[in-house]
Amino acid sequence: MTAETDTPTATPGPDAAARAGRRLPAGLVAWFQAAPLALVLGAFLVLPIIMIVIVSFWGATEYSIYPAFQFDNYEFLFSSPVTYKVFVNTFKYALITWAVTLLLGFTVAYFLAFHVRSLTWQIALFLLCTIPFWTSNIIRMISWIPFLGRNGIANSTLISWGVIDEPLEWLLFSDFSVILAFVHLYTLFMVVPIFNTMMRIDRSLIEASYDAGATGWQTLWHVIVPLTKPGIMIGTIFVITLVMGDFITVRFMSGSQSANVGRLISNDIGLLQYPSAAATAVVLLITVLLVIGILLRFVDIRKEL
Amino acid sequence: MERRPRSFYVLAAFFALFILFLYGPTITIAILSFQGPQGGLTFPMQGTSLHWFRDLFQEQAVGDIWGSFRRSFALGLMVMVTTVVVSVSGGLAFRKRFAGSAVLFYLIITSLVIPSILVSLGVGLIFSQAGLKVHWASSGFGSQLTWTLPFGLLIMFAVFNRFDKSFEEAARDQGASAWQTIRHVVLPIIAPSLIGVALFGFTLSYDEFARTLLTAGSYNTLPLEIFGMTTNVTTPVIFALGTLTTAFSLVVIGAFLLTVWLMGRRRARQGSDAGKGMV
Repeated sequence: MTAETDTPTATPGPDAAARAGRRLPAGLVAWFQAAPLALVLGAFLVLPIIMIVIVSFWGATEYSIYPAFQFDNYEFLFSSPVTYKVFVNTFKYALITWAVTLLLGFTVAYFLAFHVRSLTWQIALFLLCTIPFWTSNIIRMISWIPFLGRNGIANSTLISWGVIDEPLEWLLFSDFSVILAFVHLYTLFMVVPIFNTMMRIDRSLIEASYDAGATGWQTLWHVIVPLTKPGIMIGTIFVITLVMGDFITVRFMSGSQSANVGRLISNDIGLLQYPSAAATAVVLLITVLLVIGILLRFVDIRKEL
Repeated sequence: MERRPRSFYVLAAFFALFILFLYGPTITIAILSFQGPQGGLTFPMQGTSLHWFRDLFQEQAVGDIWGSFRRSFALGLMVMVTTVVVSVSGGLAFRKRFAGSAVLFYLIITSLVIPSILVSLGVGLIFSQAGLKVHWASSGFGSQLTWTLPFGLLIMFAVFNRFDKSFEEAARDQGASAWQTIRHVVLPIIAPSLIGVALFGFTLSYDEFARTLLTAGSYNTLPLEIFGMTTNVTTPVIFALGTLTTAFSLVVIGAFLLTVWLMGRRRARQGSDAGKGMV
């Protein structure tokens, strides 16, 4: 360590005591250290939320918005049948995506944690799973087009195999393609926390389970799954919030034919109806926070890091 | 070594399919971006050429790709540096007890789970009502930080949870000041994790879309430009662009991972015990 060469040698005694006396109280130091973070989140998270709540009570003309205190936006929102349909659709996407990503993510993490034997291979394969996370989501969405299109790879393969006679129309620009894209984009949000939790499971517990006569499946279900729950919960929080807050995947992959709440908001924004967008945003935020609140009851995030 | 159970092979096949699922589409568009000039958005290939890559360099064909790339790159660096500094500082703060730490922690979680379009909308509204112009380097920069900082901090939490405090105590016992302890003991030990935070900071910013949508102003970042193209470009030029920017991302990721690996090797060679007992 460089510390040994660079730091002045120890001079215990009065000097050290004086230095200790000069030290700022720990609480104050912590405040200074947390200040940049608090400032950024205050300015770009808290203030924007407050602003959205305020604007959700404003009024709008075709071209501008004006300050007011009226409940029109919410009244309109809750009286429109479209709202309920769109919210149901949002939950539908979230639930299906959650179930699929959980199944995929758990299996992949289980393979990496318990079947790959050397740490080097575990890290290498784990990185292989995470690298797409650091590349562009939009490109990854676009890249499904040649695969799913009417004359795409999937259809031409199926036709050449004789499985179907005509191209399937529901492959692209449908609920199917939306969920496929979600799964493609977000499965690694399941893999990472589940793998992380699995790596910390004490291997002797699994041996003990086998010694006690449990089958592989019993060990998986009664030992590994319960011990992996925190990871599953964190992955669940990621996937559910990402899907519920999405607006771009649904718009792009459904060819603007399906809607979720995010799209409702972005449509209003496109029409410059900011107060109405803000009201929908408030309802969406409350919904998401409620869901997270429920999920957080099952896991202590800080303990799991 | 004991014989592998049959389940290993089943799961290995599953894993291979998963990797194919993850990378297949990207590889497909990489191949298709070499379409001949007459080729379309899907197979078959009408010959191979660099036609569509050449198109990218002709401004009138695709809009301001290079300008937006430069902006995205600059913004990525800004966000990266800020994320590292603020995350380390915040991570150090959370090792102590301080009033408001619970609130701040929940704000970090909120920042992570809030639908991105809310940040976009809220920041956009504040700027417009304050009479300020949204710009990628001001409002865009701040909005992206709300996405990168939670990841940086979660990494720092994980790092400091595993941090052996006796290193610091040893430094203190030798008379090091608080700043000297951080500079010469803590930072060198956590350096590889900081590279990780930097990787998140840069790549998440470089690819960020939703939070920049209403906050970038009249000069687009690259993802915004690409999304604009999806609505009106129907030629493989968009695949060429996708291939190039993905290749760029991969180079960046590779550089970061290589740095971490080299650091680890250097450490192992010099026989320092720094960082032992950490993940």
